[in-house]
Amino acid sequence: MAELNQIIGALRLMAETIEKNKEHLTELDGAIGDGDHGINMSRGFAFVKETLDKGGFQNAGDLFKKCGMALVAHVGGASGPLYGTAFLRAAMVLKDREDVHAADYVQILKDAAEGIKMRGKSDRGEKTMLDALIPAYEAAADAVQQGKSAQEILNAAKVAAAEGAVGTEKLVAQKGRASYLGERSIGHQDPGAASAALVLAAVADYFAAEK
Amino acid sequence: MVGIVLISHSKKIVEGIQELAAQMSQDVPVALAGGTDDGRLGTDINKITEAIRSVYSDDGVLVFFDMGSAYMNAQMALDFLDEDSSKVEIIDSAFVEGAITAIVDSGLNKSMDEIKADIASMKLGKMP
Ligand SMILES: Nc1ncnc2c1ncn2[C@@H]1O[C@H](COP(=O)(O)OP(=O)(O)OP(=O)(O)O)[C@@H](O)[C@H]1O
Ligand SMILES: [Mg+2]
Repeated sequence: MAELNQIIGALRLMAETIEKNKEHLTELDGAIGDGDHGINMSRGFAFVKETLDKGGFQNAGDLFKKCGMALVAHVGGASGPLYGTAFLRAAMVLKDREDVHAADYVQILKDAAEGIKMRGKSDRGEKTMLDALIPAYEAAADAVQQGKSAQEILNAAKVAAAEGAVGTEKLVAQKGRASYLGERSIGHQDPGAASAALVLAAVADYFAAEK
Repeated sequence: MVGIVLISHSKKIVEGIQELAAQMSQDVPVALAGGTDDGRLGTDINKITEAIRSVYSDDGVLVFFDMGSAYMNAQMALDFLDEDSSKVEIIDSAFVEGAITAIVDSGLNKSMDEIKADIASMKLGKMP
């Protein structure tokens, strides 16, 4: 399905999308957190972009490992170790592979969510990025089951993540900065769920535009 | 002597704790990891790793943190540490009280286990 240069293309669009939505993410975090999520993500993905520019990737696993380490080292907030862990899990799924298939994408979403759960001691329903990521995994896995095309699988993850992010508005935050506000966090979208939806949208949009 | 690492989102917080502890105990290996590498409020895995390394010895290292990503980044720093990470322990404790007690204890040449016993009552359930 996707070759290394296409995965790099998708990661570039991810970085651009985050940069474009920097203010928006920071506003969301300003309402219920410490107002730095857009800044954190933009900084992290600027280093991802630098990593992509440097190039020299041996395979897809190496690519995700280097990008994951860029996020771990430069984000500065909880999203650093969390997205970093997600990328490192993706690297473990792909290892020495040079192409990625739809089934791998589903496995990456699954392992990324597991990694975030482990690192954040968190789970679905606690108003975090997991409330976008887990529904995305489930929708993508369903789409595979139903024999859908690769693009349909990517789109299913994109749509479910966006819905999951909007769905965090009605949840009470139980992890991270927003948990200090308790009930007061209701009515606001979780910034990490919003950024996770953007990240997965970038993947789907990149491959849709390639067609 | 047991090394002590202080991680906070704020550089001022860790400097303040070190300053307070220094009134009672001066020659303890204490290392600070406050804020991000670009001077913002936040935590930085590289600063944490450097801090641990700089006070690492066979006597061990106790790592104190304030909240949120400080803990996650401390864990990741241990995952990637070249040194023997079994000698480095992240501590669930009220940050200021625990850190100051540990610094003074280390200055009295107490062992890792003795220090942990002294601060056992200061747990906050920060490490779910
Ligand atoms: N324990 C956790 N588990 C899963 N996701 C989390 C957890 N803590 C925070 N998050 C996610 O991270 C997002 C916030 O990311 P951000 O970059 O703003 O970090 P932060 O909360 O400011 O970090 P810090 O812990 O340093 O204060 C939240 O919106 C949430 O989706
Ligand atoms: Mg924040």
